[in-house]
Amino acid sequence: MRALLLIICLLGSGFAFGATGEVKLDRANIDLRDAVSIQRGAKVFVNYCLNCHAASYMRYNRLTDLGLSEQQILDNLISSDAKIGETMTVAMREEDAKNWFGVAPPDLSVIARSRGADWLYTYLRSFYRDESTVTGWNNPVFPNAAMPHVLWRLQGIQRLHVVEGGDHGQPHSELVLETPGTMSAQAYDEMVRDLVAYLTYMAEPVSVQRARVGVVVLLFLGLMIVMTWLLKREYWKDVH
Amino acid sequence: MGPMNALVNWIDERFPLTSTFKQHLSEYYAPKNFNFWYFFGALSLLVLVIQIVTGIFLTMHYKPDADQAFASVEYIMRDVPWGWLIRYVHSTGASMFFLVVYLHMFRALLYGSYRKPRELLWILGMLIYLCLMAEAFFGYLLPWGQMSYWGAQVIVNLFAAVPFIGPDLAVWIRGDYVVSDATLNRFFAFHVIAVPLVLLGLVAAHILALHEVGSNNPDGIEIKKKKDPATGVPLDGIPFHPYYTVKDTFGVAVFLAVFTAIVFFAPEMGGYFLEHNNFVPADPLKTPAHIAPVWYFTPFYSILRAVPPMFGSQFPGVLAMGAAVVIMFLLPWLDRSPVKSIRYRGSLYKWALALFVVAFLVLGYLGTKPTNVWGQFGPWLGGADRATVVARVFTIVYFLFFVLMPWYTRVDKTKPEPERVTS
Repeated sequence: MRALLLIICLLGSGFAFGATGEVKLDRANIDLRDAVSIQRGAKVFVNYCLNCHAASYMRYNRLTDLGLSEQQILDNLISSDAKIGETMTVAMREEDAKNWFGVAPPDLSVIARSRGADWLYTYLRSFYRDESTVTGWNNPVFPNAAMPHVLWRLQGIQRLHVVEGGDHGQPHSELVLETPGTMSAQAYDEMVRDLVAYLTYMAEPVSVQRARVGVVVLLFLGLMIVMTWLLKREYWKDVH
Repeated sequence: MGPMNALVNWIDERFPLTSTFKQHLSEYYAPKNFNFWYFFGALSLLVLVIQIVTGIFLTMHYKPDADQAFASVEYIMRDVPWGWLIRYVHSTGASMFFLVVYLHMFRALLYGSYRKPRELLWILGMLIYLCLMAEAFFGYLLPWGQMSYWGAQVIVNLFAAVPFIGPDLAVWIRGDYVVSDATLNRFFAFHVIAVPLVLLGLVAAHILALHEVGSNNPDGIEIKKKKDPATGVPLDGIPFHPYYTVKDTFGVAVFLAVFTAIVFFAPEMGGYFLEHNNFVPADPLKTPAHIAPVWYFTPFYSILRAVPPMFGSQFPGVLAMGAAVVIMFLLPWLDRSPVKSIRYRGSLYKWALALFVVAFLVLGYLGTKPTNVWGQFGPWLGGADRATVVARVFTIVYFLFFVLMPWYTRVDKTKPEPERVTS
């Protein structure tokens, strides 16, 4: 990871400004009540993302939501000297980041709320080798993204193949895994799903609790609707 | 005389407590035939209170500072106990405010509630609507997301399109050459104190005006014309309290169920109540590919976009957008029908109103989308964006509803109004 960062630095700076391509997104199918999946995703997040991307609105001890104790969080998820109540910041300075990547890596606290789970899920699985870019990687979901394929050792190396005359005679492109990584395609997809589940949880940690409170509130209001209707009927008996 | 009565008497000798209660509640006679459409006045009052109360609590934690605003909203969402609930109620409340106000206004179109003697009531209501738009616009900048920032940029730039004084006017509004910290601070001041003060005054005036002339009803006839000779009470009137306070309590319960279902299960409402791009902090150097206002402004935004620039100026579009709102003030004088309620109007008005509603909804939908959403017409129409052409057609329909109203309401074949209200 550090080596990769160094390579990127050596490759020099380049300005990358991508717009979302017209790519059909795969469904992430995450389950925010699956705390174990989110825990695995948290591990991936702190190992791979949290070197460059901060999540500066997310406190480490908030992860107790996921059924972890503060000690478990300290032992497994904090590699820096951060204290348990601190937010997930990175040491990299913004000017340095701009020099190295062209743009500062965005804060990921609420990235799932702006991009959506499906976009993240598809994006993180769609990197392909492209020697023409500054990073050596490209992505049909976010063309010319400033981010290199950080997870390439796990996924392996994909290439973009243009297929002539597909279903409708239109040429289209597809990603082909050229060099396998340390994970099978299925295991990689599962890992990305966990990561996206974590990012979605982190974007709104209260979402599961929110729905739980909502059920109680609606049950109460259901009762209130019945009571107020009966009351109204009683009062209006003499109106003809 | 019990101690409670003694206390009330003591107050009544010093303050018009009982008489005010009687005048506005227990002896304010409302028509007995209110239907579904008559819930939304009381509901907009409820939402106003919700917005003020949640707003006070948000103000305790929010920072009106370009460097801290976005983070302080996330702080409210994460670290303030129940802050997420307060914030979602406030953000949902903004949309629900417009929803109930639009339904409240549509009720006036259905039953001619703006007609004599309720012209001032209607104008006060329209002023409330203007205030509400200002309030929503100023408030939307505060989260300091990309849509907040660029939405404000687009709207302030509309003022820059005013001939001659435009650019200076825009700088005066922003307090800077771009939307910046200075803009955020003044918008905060407008949002939390200036506009709400005016809004509260107008709401009080609106209710006073209503209680002076009395409520209209689905039959559009005046219940004050048929009074009990002995008591002077309208024969078709019932005391607002307890009849309508009890009925509105039921309406409130149903409304709150809808409201809280959104708050707890879909606070973003698929990106319509909280836009996805507004979870990206404001970046003055990065214009989003697609800037759309929140849904309640989109009919007018569509009209703005539909009008082509003339003489190299966007001003005609700005004028059209302004006119689309201002023309509603004139309704009491545009409507020449001998009857008020749609129940006794002819098919011309019914068609006109139906077309108007379709135009409003289609314009509203198109305003949320980029202009190329439906692709382009062929060369026969110069390859114009389909959505733009449709928006132009419905912009014309929108204005024709008002402009032709004096004609079609006069020639329309109406039915005779009943003497007394029907159920």
